Amino acid sequence: MNPIKLAAAAAALALALTAEAAPEPLKVGALMAVTGPASNLGAPEARTLQLLVEQLNARGGVAGHPVELVLKDTGGSPEKAVSFARQLVEEEGVFAIIGPATSGETIAVKQIANDGKTLLLSCAAAEVIVTPVLPWVFKVAPKDSHAAEMIFRQMKKMGVKRIGFLSSNTGFGKAGKEQVERLAPAQGIEIAASEVYDKAATDLTAEVTKLKAAGVQAILNWSIEPAQAIVIKNARQMGLTVPIFQSHGFANVQYVKAAGAAAEGVLFPASRIVVADALPAGDRQKPVITAYKLAYEARFKEDVSTFGGHAHDALGILARAVTEAGGLDREKVRRAVEGMQGYVGTAGVFGFSPTDHNGLAIDAFEMLTVKDGKFVQLGR
Amino acid sequence: MRSRWARVAAFLAVVALVQLGAAAAGKAFYLTQLTMAAYYTLVAVGLSVLMGYAGQISLGHAAFFAIGGYASGVLTTLDLGGRRAAPPVAVLEHLGLLALRPDPGGGELLGVHPWAAAAVALALAALVALAIGLPVLRLKGHYLAMATLGFGTIVSSVLIGTAALGAADGVSGVPPLPLLGGLAVGGGREARLVNYWLAWGLVALALLLLMNLVESRVGRALRAIHGAEDAAGSMGVDVARLKLATFVLSAVLAAAGGVLLTHYNAGIGPSEAGSLKSVRYVAIVAVGGMGSLWGTVATSAVLTFLSLRGVFGTFDDAVFGAVLVAVMLLSPEGILRLDALGALRALAARRGGGAVAP
Amino acid sequence: MEIGLLLQYLVAGLTYGTIYAVVGVGFNIIYNTTGIINFAQGEFVMLGGMTAVTLHGFLPLPLAIAGAVLLTMVAGVLVELLFIRWLVRPTVLRMIIITIGVSILIREAALVGWGESVRALPYFTGDEVTALSLGGVHVSPQVLWSLATCLFIVAALWVFFQRTALGRQMRACAVNREAAALCGVPVRNLVTLSFALSAGIGALAGCVVSPITYTAYNVGGGLAIKGFTVAILGGLGNSAAAVAAGFVVGILEAFSVSLLPAAYKDAVSVAVLLAILFARPSGLFGSSERARLESRA
Repeated sequence: MNPIKLAAAAAALALALTAEAAPEPLKVGALMAVTGPASNLGAPEARTLQLLVEQLNARGGVAGHPVELVLKDTGGSPEKAVSFARQLVEEEGVFAIIGPATSGETIAVKQIANDGKTLLLSCAAAEVIVTPVLPWVFKVAPKDSHAAEMIFRQMKKMGVKRIGFLSSNTGFGKAGKEQVERLAPAQGIEIAASEVYDKAATDLTAEVTKLKAAGVQAILNWSIEPAQAIVIKNARQMGLTVPIFQSHGFANVQYVKAAGAAAEGVLFPASRIVVADALPAGDRQKPVITAYKLAYEARFKEDVSTFGGHAHDALGILARAVTEAGGLDREKVRRAVEGMQGYVGTAGVFGFSPTDHNGLAIDAFEMLTVKDGKFVQLGR
Repeated sequence: MRSRWARVAAFLAVVALVQLGAAAAGKAFYLTQLTMAAYYTLVAVGLSVLMGYAGQISLGHAAFFAIGGYASGVLTTLDLGGRRAAPPVAVLEHLGLLALRPDPGGGELLGVHPWAAAAVALALAALVALAIGLPVLRLKGHYLAMATLGFGTIVSSVLIGTAALGAADGVSGVPPLPLLGGLAVGGGREARLVNYWLAWGLVALALLLLMNLVESRVGRALRAIHGAEDAAGSMGVDVARLKLATFVLSAVLAAAGGVLLTHYNAGIGPSEAGSLKSVRYVAIVAVGGMGSLWGTVATSAVLTFLSLRGVFGTFDDAVFGAVLVAVMLLSPEGILRLDALGALRALAARRGGGAVAP
Repeated sequence: MEIGLLLQYLVAGLTYGTIYAVVGVGFNIIYNTTGIINFAQGEFVMLGGMTAVTLHGFLPLPLAIAGAVLLTMVAGVLVELLFIRWLVRPTVLRMIIITIGVSILIREAALVGWGESVRALPYFTGDEVTALSLGGVHVSPQVLWSLATCLFIVAALWVFFQRTALGRQMRACAVNREAAALCGVPVRNLVTLSFALSAGIGALAGCVVSPITYTAYNVGGGLAIKGFTVAILGGLGNSAAAVAAGFVVGILEAFSVSLLPAAYKDAVSVAVLLAILFARPSGLFGSSERARLESRA
């Protein structure tokens, strides 16, 4: 055979083969509230995603597929989230969406993702996100009801029976309020006074005064805003010495810094990521948490938070599901997520099922407190 | 002067061109965000007439959008199934004012029929506008601005603070608004084209209505008020009534936008009532040219579309602010009457006193 | 309600009231000289606090605050020069919209410069838990600092406007701008001065309340609305009334929490304001003649 023709045929074949072999990218959409009122959730989450996508791609992607991140800043507004969700599903055709960061946005977009057969891994906390279960909608943040239960258990240990409850007027605060009010009677806790304050509140002396007037034995505050720090400052300045409990939204060390001396002794449930250094050597989560913490803090020069951890877990779960499913088949990956057991994340060890699209149990939480301006595990 | 119909026809031709262009470029999904932009434009054009012709500023107009959206949203997502036997519910059902909708968890839920809900929403907005307008429109200048801002704040606070209205989460699961012949406002990507035409068709209708208004005796009377209220009053123009009527009309248009967008998005949240949104509408009208309907439509369509696509990313508000300031400094009559050279000349030659007309 | 509780609510109200009062006064200074309501006033408060926190990173606290005040005054002057000075007879509507736009730009610039995280200055005396006990009521020393600062600002302004030549000239502008210009008063420069002054007092207020609350890039908007409310309530142009109105609004909000759910706190003060405006359309102490004159929209 003519050697030139042979060479040409070989070259054409090689070209065809390599063209076939270029792997399809794994397009991951992200709806994050990087700016706006929920920025202390969305910004660390967005940064975490960028960091992790870089790491994944440096290692050759997920199951050979390079990861492409399409990040949209919703500013915390549900109507933007809806618009971007539609864009991600219909225009970009993303394989999965990570986020949104807030419950309000997630509730607005979950139907869109579900109808578009696009996996939604939300970083928001509200239980209604996964109740009732929608096949394509999952959440990676721990349950509010577990947090409330841990708090009540601690209160019972301390002999507290009458509490004052404060929450912010956000989706997080509202969801927490529902759980707290639902679970308190069974635990024998009476909510003597309950107030909802505005998320942008800069002084809560009046609200705390109302609690003081009700003669409460402890204060429970449920919010994710800087108001968490203000509440405890106002309470201590007013001479209230009762124990103060916070929700798992307190698990960000900037609030401790903002509250200074007032934060000492505050009790709250949180995932172990915020006490990474104090974890015993045999702890299952320690390697994962430490790796993430070192990388994040080196790159962004700020402390890790549980919020960034949610984004880490979401992407990790997606990556593992794609690897287990062996490729980018949506239904197979969905089932892989649904059947995933024993995924070690920053928020806990996940175990999903067709009826449980959250995957975290109460042991994801530990009761923490603040000592000398640092988070420590209670009782250590 | 070209007839109104000709101008609206030209407008619809542009709408068609945009649709065909998007399809040709393979970007048919742009239509979704253009549809959303259309409903926000309904607010803007009503506000444009209010600010441009009646000369009344409203820093709280987003509240009317929210009133419309929430009223229809809450009514259509009621669950009256358990109380079918009760007299009021039974009567409503008998009159055909209730409707069934599918429950995501299986089964069906009984709520108010979207048409009845929409009617209630618009009527409510009109009533609120009447109640607020009567005292507020007596105020002047900064005091009027404050009152409208205050009204917006109250509505926003009530929406976000009331558990029955969904508090921070707002209303979700709103069913589509059914129209004739199997068409509906709402639904997924299959209905995208239909929704696009419905939305912009409604904008065209609103424009027709408003053009009729401003080019009639009423419109001339309005312009007289804007120019010199006392003089207009002394010429027999019923100033108070006209201002109030314009206010109510713009409120009802805003509420209509709210109703339709709520059905299209299957939900609404309290952020739609906030002062940030109200300021945006004012910005759009100012940039488009107060009282210039076409300028307002163009500005609203373009800016809202770009914002909904996230083209400005994190700097969405910054872009709005920059455009607003630039236009108000250089071309206060709005972007269509931009006299760039004239403005620059004014910069160089005249040095104003920076003080408001006394 | 027992007396201790009453006093505690009162203290809360005074805390809110100080900052509202100062922002309201800032509005009035500019309004008096120019007839403009500067919606960016809230941003000056924010800039003061944020700049002070940054400066405190390498300067002692008093110097950081002084530096912040000076830098914010410069910002105020820049705003006037860039956006206000060369407008010719702008309408009320146009000015409202421009200053709203300017406030948005300042806020976004702060976002770019400082990020979204919250900051606070350290307490001037004591820390987050120290409280003085006055007659059964616990008050943080910082609250007393901010009250003192507010009174200092009001007193200093009074001295400035009543006793200095410059102040008298500015008052002349407030009464009748054209006549003042005819008398040789340098109106344009006084306009710039009024912006600098407003920015300065706003910044000082921002610094002094920063330990109690917190500062972030987006606190300006809410403050502007509250300050505007207070200025209108007292009657535009009347600074003493604005201070009184500030405390009235603050105390009203504090006590509204004792009766109604705190969720409606903002709505209550606005509702009261609207009720007052409907009864007295030019504010509690304002002049209706003035309101009519500047109403040409």
